[in-house]
Amino acid sequence: MMRLEAKKMVATGDYTAAYGALLCDVDVVAAYPITPQTIIVEEFSNFVNNGITDAEFIMVESEHSAMSACIAAQASGARTFTATSSQGLALMHEMLFVASALRLPIVMPVVNRTLAAPIGIWCEHNDSMPQRDAGWIQMSCEDNQEVLDMIIMAYKIGERKDVLLPVMPCLDAFILSHTVEPVDAPSSDEVADFIGKYDPVATLDPNNPMAIGTFSPPEYIQELRYQTHVAMENAKKAIRETTKDFARKFGRDYYGLIEEYRCDDADVVLATVGTVTGTAREVVDELREKGKKVGLIKLRFYRPFPAEEIKKIAENVSAIGVYDRAISYGVGGPLFIETRNALYGLDLPVLNFLAGLGGRDVVKGDIEKMYEILLKAKKEKPEKEIYWIGTRGVSI
Amino acid sequence: MEIEGEHHPLDEYLRADRIPHIWCPGCGLGTVLNGFLHALEETDIDLKNLAIVSGIGCTGRIAGYINVDSYHTTHGRAIPFATGLKLANPKLKVVVISGDGDLFAIGGNHFIHAARRNIDMTVICVNNYNYGMTGGQLGPTTPLESKTTTTPYGNIEHPFNLCHVAHASGAVYVARWTALHARRMKDSIKEALNKKGFSFVEIIASCPTTYGRRNKMPTGLDTMKYYKEKSVIKHGIEPEKADIEIGGEIIVGKFVDIEKPTFNEEVEKLIRRFHK
Ligand SMILES: Cc1ncc(C[n+]2csc(CCOP(=O)(O)OP(=O)(O)O)c2C)c(N)n1
Ligand code: SF4
Ligand SMILES: [Mg+2]
Repeated sequence: MMRLEAKKMVATGDYTAAYGALLCDVDVVAAYPITPQTIIVEEFSNFVNNGITDAEFIMVESEHSAMSACIAAQASGARTFTATSSQGLALMHEMLFVASALRLPIVMPVVNRTLAAPIGIWCEHNDSMPQRDAGWIQMSCEDNQEVLDMIIMAYKIGERKDVLLPVMPCLDAFILSHTVEPVDAPSSDEVADFIGKYDPVATLDPNNPMAIGTFSPPEYIQELRYQTHVAMENAKKAIRETTKDFARKFGRDYYGLIEEYRCDDADVVLATVGTVTGTAREVVDELREKGKKVGLIKLRFYRPFPAEEIKKIAENVSAIGVYDRAISYGVGGPLFIETRNALYGLDLPVLNFLAGLGGRDVVKGDIEKMYEILLKAKKEKPEKEIYWIGTRGVSI
Repeated sequence: MEIEGEHHPLDEYLRADRIPHIWCPGCGLGTVLNGFLHALEETDIDLKNLAIVSGIGCTGRIAGYINVDSYHTTHGRAIPFATGLKLANPKLKVVVISGDGDLFAIGGNHFIHAARRNIDMTVICVNNYNYGMTGGQLGPTTPLESKTTTTPYGNIEHPFNLCHVAHASGAVYVARWTALHARRMKDSIKEALNKKGFSFVEIIASCPTTYGRRNKMPTGLDTMKYYKEKSVIKHGIEPEKADIEIGGEIIVGKFVDIEKPTFNEEVEKLIRRFHK
């Protein structure tokens, strides 16, 4: 691969994701196009075409094949990369479990797009969140800088020997994927120094034959499940350490699994995910100016889930809200379910706000409404847990 | 948009609220839609008894524009949906209209098995040599040496000859036309609609935006001129002899028209055997 100097670029989220893979010197990319992800692999194919990297670029006939090809390549010792969205991720579902169970740290950005039916192309998290139990580390990005940094950290975290899990950095369709922002890109030397070489525990090798993923009787599988579970727990420590190392090296601190904003003396806090966080931060500042003690938690990781971190904050507030851009029908938003689970035993209202499904904009007024409900919940017991913000036919 | 006092003879077939369509100027899909609707008009098919299914892609949008029961499915899955419709309601006329990528890459498996079973349906494939909707990547019909976004030095993958695939898989009716052959295409679609069993019509269309521009045919008209120059009608030819190569002849015509019991007929036979 050619050496790349550190630079300031102005780039879309998709370009940034491709550039991240380039900086991490991936060996193999297998991909199938789908809006709004297509540009990621298209840009990467340009890097290959222009001789900037000697990575192999494999064209396949579906996402299922893309993930299959990545699994095989990674199992033979290569560092791999692919990207997808929505229907493509759903079609990959079967292979996601194979990647994690074989402990292959593949990195795959997912550009969050609504899952059919009906067909839509805009942002919703109902593509990545149903992959919850597939054994992938999942993180969400707020801006394009974070997209780049998360991809670099994804390789570092996933390839750690105490983790060895695939990683899915998520970015919101169009809001990030197609929007241009300034991004600080480190040099390829710095990135290589940070993530090191991929050093697989075991690889396919014709001179030393080995079978992987073979038929296993009940005598073996339960222990394998346990080990993968432990790996996901270990990922929390790996994430905390990696964000610290990253801050030391690159000067940008992501503070572990979550980020707190004005939570210290807050009465109520709202937990958000993805790009809505930027809007929520502004609302917090405005409400603070009006004397309202509100705070914000940015939920970066969905798997592993930052239960301890949230609990610590919740112990000092009187109500907590969770914003979700996906719904588990009949129960509530996925992040809400996790949060309530994490806060089991604490006596405070945990409320869920659903907004922006199918790609509808979430504006400041929507978030003000969420805080309004939370502040009210501080004083009197709320009559319900789940609030559908800006939904026709539903009164709040 | 309504022009006062004007009425297009095909208006009743279209969902006016969905027009204007999304297709690019010079795209062959409008011609295909037009040909299909004219063919439909010439059959006795009751519109209330017709279902149109398509997958995802520029071609896949066709289902949404036609004012009959239509299903815009997921990418590659039009044929299984259509199979379900036909088996649940054998009296229904079921038509699949979709792209080369949808029907033969991600959904290729379904095509060969529906043809093998001789499910009574008509499949119309608009072959524009690439994935139009996602920006012009290599697909399963991209001719050797063609340039696409994913084959900047020319395609090295051997393409499918769709009519050969259909024939080898068991289709009872197989025809190919280009979008230039508007009248013959219409006639073939009509025959296919009237045919009992798995009928297949391939229409080689133009996609100036993502394919043509990279292959010295920047406008729809350039593509039509090329098709005019290269097309040769050879009815009844063995489909395997009708491969498509860049710069070579484009063999068009009706290749296969045979009789064979359909899947539903076999099911009925089986039932009769046990209910004597
Ligand atoms: C599972 C899945 N993967 C990828 C896509 C993205 N996608 C939409 S259309 C398309 C290709 C369409 O090509 P073709 O069928 O030839 O139709 P055309 O646009 O050329 O008419 C792809 C890959 C999708 N919708 N679903
Ligand atoms: S991209 Fe190609 S197939 Fe799609 S509408 Fe435009 S010309 Fe037609
Ligand atoms: Mg096509």
